[in-house]
Formats: sequence, C-alpha cells, structure tokens
Amino acid sequence: MSEAKLTSSTAAGQAESLLSVVDIKKHYQVKTGFMKPEANVKALDGVSFNLDKGKTLAVVGESGCGKSTLARVLTMIEQPTAGELRFDGQDVLGLGAEAAKVLRQKIQIIFQNPYGSLNPRKKVGTILEEPLVINTSLSKQARKQKALDMLAKVGLRPEHYDRYPHMFSGGQRQRIAIARGLMLDPQVVVADEPVSALDVSVQAQVLNLMMDLQQEMGLSYIFISHDLSVVEHIADEVMVMYLGKAVEYGSCEAIFNDPKHPYTQALLSSTPRLDPAHRREKIKLQGELPSPLNPPQGCAFHARCRYANERCAQQQPLLVNESGTQVACFAREEGRL
Amino acid sequence: MALLEVNSLSVEFGDGPNPFRAVDQVSYSVEKGEVVGIVGESGSGKSVSSLSIMGLIEYPGHVKAEGLTFDGQDLLSMPVKKRRALTGADIAMIFQEPMSSLNPCYTVEFQITEALKIHQGGRKKWRRERAIELLEQVGIPDPKSRLKAYPHQLSGGMSQRVMIAMAIACDPKLLIADEPTTALDVTIQAQIVDLLLELQREKNMGLVLITNDLALVAEAADRVIVMYAGQVVETGPAEEIFSTPRHPYTQALLRSLPESSQGKERLEALPGVVPGAFDRPKGCMLAPRCPYASERCQREVPMVSGDSLRQVRCFTPLDLQGKPAA
Repeated sequence: MSEAKLTSSTAAGQAESLLSVVDIKKHYQVKTGFMKPEANVKALDGVSFNLDKGKTLAVVGESGCGKSTLARVLTMIEQPTAGELRFDGQDVLGLGAEAAKVLRQKIQIIFQNPYGSLNPRKKVGTILEEPLVINTSLSKQARKQKALDMLAKVGLRPEHYDRYPHMFSGGQRQRIAIARGLMLDPQVVVADEPVSALDVSVQAQVLNLMMDLQQEMGLSYIFISHDLSVVEHIADEVMVMYLGKAVEYGSCEAIFNDPKHPYTQALLSSTPRLDPAHRREKIKLQGELPSPLNPPQGCAFHARCRYANERCAQQQPLLVNESGTQVACFAREEGRL
Repeated sequence: MALLEVNSLSVEFGDGPNPFRAVDQVSYSVEKGEVVGIVGESGSGKSVSSLSIMGLIEYPGHVKAEGLTFDGQDLLSMPVKKRRALTGADIAMIFQEPMSSLNPCYTVEFQITEALKIHQGGRKKWRRERAIELLEQVGIPDPKSRLKAYPHQLSGGMSQRVMIAMAIACDPKLLIADEPTTALDVTIQAQIVDLLLELQREKNMGLVLITNDLALVAEAADRVIVMYAGQVVETGPAEEIFSTPRHPYTQALLRSLPESSQGKERLEALPGVVPGAFDRPKGCMLAPRCPYASERCQREVPMVSGDSLRQVRCFTPLDLQGKPAA
C-alpha cells in the first residue's frame, strides 16, 4: 500500500497533489566582512516534493539544513531564488500581489517557539482576529464568534479570549498559535518544530490536538522537526535533509524500517530509545554539519560518511528511485552499501 | 560510603510567611563511579536541587537540609572558603546552554585555565599544556589553534566540549551535567553523551545526569530519580523504572512518549500541566492530573515508601501490571 501511495504522490505534476514543489532554491547573499566580496549561502538548494490532501509530510534534519527556510518559502514569507511552487494546480510564484494574498490564506504557519511568536501586548482575542481583520470583511461580532469557536476547537475556554499570552503555559500558548494558524481555514499548515519547546506530557497533548484537527478539517501538514520519534508517529511521508538538499524521501514506514542513506541511518541510530529492543547499533558520526557558506565539493555528507570514496568527494549524487524511496547516494547506487 | 549524600534537601525562594518551595525534601545518594539520572519536566526542581549542591543558590533562595555530605564532609557546615575550594575541583558542573554559559569576552584558553589557576596553581606554561591536553581529551580537533578562539567562533557541539573540558580540568570526583544535550542536534547529542560516559568510566567519576529526555536516561543511567513539582516521586534502578514504573506520574510520562504508542492513532497524554508557583495543590502534587487519584490524595501528602533501592511517593503504588494497589 505504501508503495502505491508513494508512486502516485512522487510522480511530478499530477493534478491530485495539493501542493507540489519542484526544484526549489533559496540563496542568500551575506557579507563576509569589510571590503570582502559577498558570499552566496545556498540555504535551500533544489528540493522537490508533493503533498496530498489530508497527509503529513515530515521534514527532518539538523539545524542549518534548510528546514526553516523551506517553511518560509512555502508560506510565501520569502521569495525563492528559483524553482516552482504549485498549489492546487496553480502556479503560486507567478501570481500578482492580489492573487498571492488570497492564496496565502490557504497556506498557514505555526512557529517554533510559542513564547516568542505571540505578541505579549495583545489579548488572545485580538491575536486570533487579526488574520480576519486583514483578510476578510467579517463584522466584529462574526469575528469574535469565529475566534471563540476556534478556541473551543483547540481545547481552550471562552474566558481565555480576554487574556494576555503571559497568562498561559507553554502548551496553552502553542494551542493559541495553532488556533491563529487555523483562523483562515487553511488547507496546508506548515508547522515549524511545533512541539520542541514543550515538556513531554504536554507535547503529547499538542500532538493529539494536531492529529484531531487534521481529521476534522482535512488539513495537510508540513511537519518540520528534528525529533524522529515524534515524526515516526505523525508522518505519512518523510524527507530527510542535509545542507539544503534532500538526501532521502519516502514513506514513513520505509524510512524508519529500512533507512537507505547513510545519514538517515546515523540519525536513526543516534536517537535515544526507551525500549532496548528498539535500539540500533550506534553509528558514530565524526565531525559536524559543514558550514553552508563553504560547502564541501561533491556530496555534502562525504566528510562524515564511512562509505565515502573519491567519487563522493567530487560529484554530487542525485535522488534516485530505489524500491519506492528516493535516495541520493553513490554508495547506494554502486552497491557498496 | 556514598560519594554524595543528600538528605531531605529543601530550597525555598522568598522571605515572609509563604516562601515558594522549589525543592521539597529531596533525598538521594550517588556512589563512586555511578551514573544517576534525574528526570522531570520543567519546573520540577531538578536544576535547582543540583545548583544547591554546588552552592550556587543566592538570596532570596534558602537551602535547608538535614544532611548534605560529599565524600564524608558536610557541605553545609563547612567554612565558605573550604567549600569554594571543593566546588569546581572535586564537584564540577556542566551547564545547560553551552552557547550562553561560556563568557563571550574571554578565549577558550583563559576560561579553561581559570579553574586550574584557582585550584591547582602551577606555571602558566603548564596550565596551557594541560588545557591542550584537556581539549584533546574531549575530542576537539587541532586543540592548539582552538585555544585562542572565542566562544562565538565555536559551534554548539564544540562549545559543549569546551564546557566539559572546563568541568573535568581538576579531575572531579562528581560531575553534575544539567541538560548537557538539549540544545544540540541529534548526531552531536550522541557524540556528547558518548564522551561524557567515556570520561566517567575512565576516571571512575560519579555522574549526575539531569535531563527531560527519558530515552537518554534509559540508555545511559544506572539509577533513575523521577521528580515532579519539587518532589522526588520515584527512585530505582533504570531498567526497573522503565519496565515497571510504580508511580502514576512515571507511568504517564512513559506512555506519553510517541515511542510507546506505535501503531496507535493517539498518544496517551496526561491531562493538565505541572502546577506553578501559585497553584500547587494541597495533597499529592499529581492528584489533579492523576487518573487513579482518590479523595485521600486530594487531602493528604503521601510520604516516600519502599526500601532504599526502590522508593515511591504514592498512597497506592502501581503493581507489576501497572494497576494501582488496592
């Protein structure tokens, strides 16, 4: 079943995909110092995927791999340098300002840190109604009703409408942030590390809420996280990123049961496990993520990879389909792994 | 004799009739060469209890204890000077966020040799060599060139390695690591934990590992202490705690992890939140959130029961099947 689902969603340009991204890139020009030339940081360097309605795509990777840049590009906060972004068959990037504004309502974002993403000087009601004030012509009464309905939906009480963010705990704040993201009835929600700032017991509450809302409202999630045990629970498909590129992309079962890329294998083996039976043999990765300012030639991972050879140091591997999963690795292609 | 013995340690903040009890009569011990994990959510008092062992609680905080002995010496009654000589040398601590715990104004060399200078003296050249040796020990490539680096020139993993080098500079007998890996990436996290455990075995140190990552403790610790709202709710050997938790809170924590509900639609979440400073319940701290709470739990505070190896603070501890005792 998983294979059938995957082939239907990975075949590019199919009409049924809600959101399809083709070879999207985002490069930043940064200053390196006085009188020195500007450097080009390739934060996002050619990422493609498709997201179906009601599904969850998890984007996994370490800090600096371009996860959050991807979120900003998808929600049209930033313009990509190159690539194609299609929502419901419509080309998003070629649109005029007016049409883009309408479309932006359909793709909303939930930010990472609920302590930083809510304006401390506004009441919860004002925070929730702000998207409606900007994007709709609803009356004051209707806006309030909608905000109250949404509060109930995310498990908060009506009296919370008149309170300020500092009066809430971390879990409740994240519920407010989720409610704000859903005010405009989006179809795609980009969640950038929505539970990483929360305690374990509260994390479970918020994850349950997100899954309930997905079923109820038919939402599609782009779930950005570095916590693999959370991803395993919530995702349908998983994309593993390393230094701005996808290194492996496939169904959740395939990635967790049979990780193919050496980086995915290392990531999975480094995640601590509760049950001794689930623990894998630890693969020790040497060194750290290379700087995107000065990426290595060839495969970005080759300096830390135990299967690397000369070819890996010179050429960049491309994503190749291997039994339903896409992997970018020469060792895999050549059968050395 | 245990290396560290904590007996009924309380830390209160504020004067007046109702000070806030961040740590409430916590007792535990750490043996030589043992890894003890302290787990708990934010606000459970795990960091404050370890800071009080280091003597780092300042006014308006007050530390009280029936006994706080390290290596046979009473930490609370000893002169301040003697205690200062002990902390940083025999008891060392690694702080939570490596990026913000290093002083941005000084080089790595200065910060590592500072501890050596105060506790061991010696010549500057010797201290420098020792710093290089330490950086090598914690796995920093090309340590000589790193001596002159400032913290902002280091990555998160590197900063944490420098923090560890500072902590082990004077060969401590006890190392307290307060969330050493929470700010780091998964692969770097694994490297740091490996390094800590390796050093611990090599030097036969006692290691107190404070974290909110249950799986990390399950892999690394010999014994586990579970804290909730300032109290110890359960202690015991790591395997037992994770296979057969006896306190409802430990059980709920384990069940709320995504790993425990594989193949299920929903996670088993514990309702509610950790009580804050002003809304602590009267009886058992967990009573408002506990699925097994009775009327007695709302009124009375349960005491710790069980032998010294396996203790639990509950009126009706769970049995092997995870059901409350009658």
